[in-house]
Amino acid sequence: MIQVLFFARFREELGVESEQIELNGPSSIGDLLRILRGRGEAWARLFAEDQRVMMAVNQELADKNTPLKAGDEVAFFPPVTGG
Amino acid sequence: MDSVSIRAEPFDPNREVELLRGNDPSIGALVTFIGLMRDINEGDRIERLYLEHYPGMTERALQEIVDEANSRWDIQHCRVVHRVGALLPTDPIVLVAVASRHRKEAFQACEFIIDYLKTRAPFWKKETTAEGERWVDARESDDAATLAWEKSDI
Repeated sequence: MIQVLFFARFREELGVESEQIELNGPSSIGDLLRILRGRGEAWARLFAEDQRVMMAVNQELADKNTPLKAGDEVAFFPPVTGG
Repeated sequence: MDSVSIRAEPFDPNREVELLRGNDPSIGALVTFIGLMRDINEGDRIERLYLEHYPGMTERALQEIVDEANSRWDIQHCRVVHRVGALLPTDPIVLVAVASRHRKEAFQACEFIIDYLKTRAPFWKKETTAEGERWVDARESDDAATLAWEKSDI
């Protein structure tokens, strides 16, 4: 199981703050994104290939190729706007 | 000594600068950047701002940016303070203060830290206008500023 978190506009539009997802076999963030996109509607729209999505694994910035393992904390969020 | 902190309450930038200086007589230059809440964005009057963050990762990201500044420049102390929660126009949002022996290092490190913070630290602004609430979009010019530091060979 991995823990998946959503922040800001993503959390609001998906209506989900966090959830547990079971991965089958070796996976990357790209694989996880395909699962999320497959849910359709807001998921497919927000995580479409042409959308700007930032991601982190265990609180470090990551990309689609970052591998995932059981127990990881994965987060998806829109481009950041602090400062 | 370096310090990064996330604050849910308003802070006084002058007080933070005093804490950064302490009584260290070796400091010859002190550069500060203070980001303030503007009352106009994208041509609309902004009544309020709400800042969300990713507890845990945000502190970590700020510390990594400060560590990177220390590895690039000979600086003595850094202090980064960032607000979260509800803000009103004129409220300080962020303070970046850098102390060094000579000015050049402090100027460059301060600009580097705020440029990186803008594109790498997980904060999100939501603003309230007369029409309602909206999430603030990231700016391409901020990405360009971060990229420029990656290209430059200092």
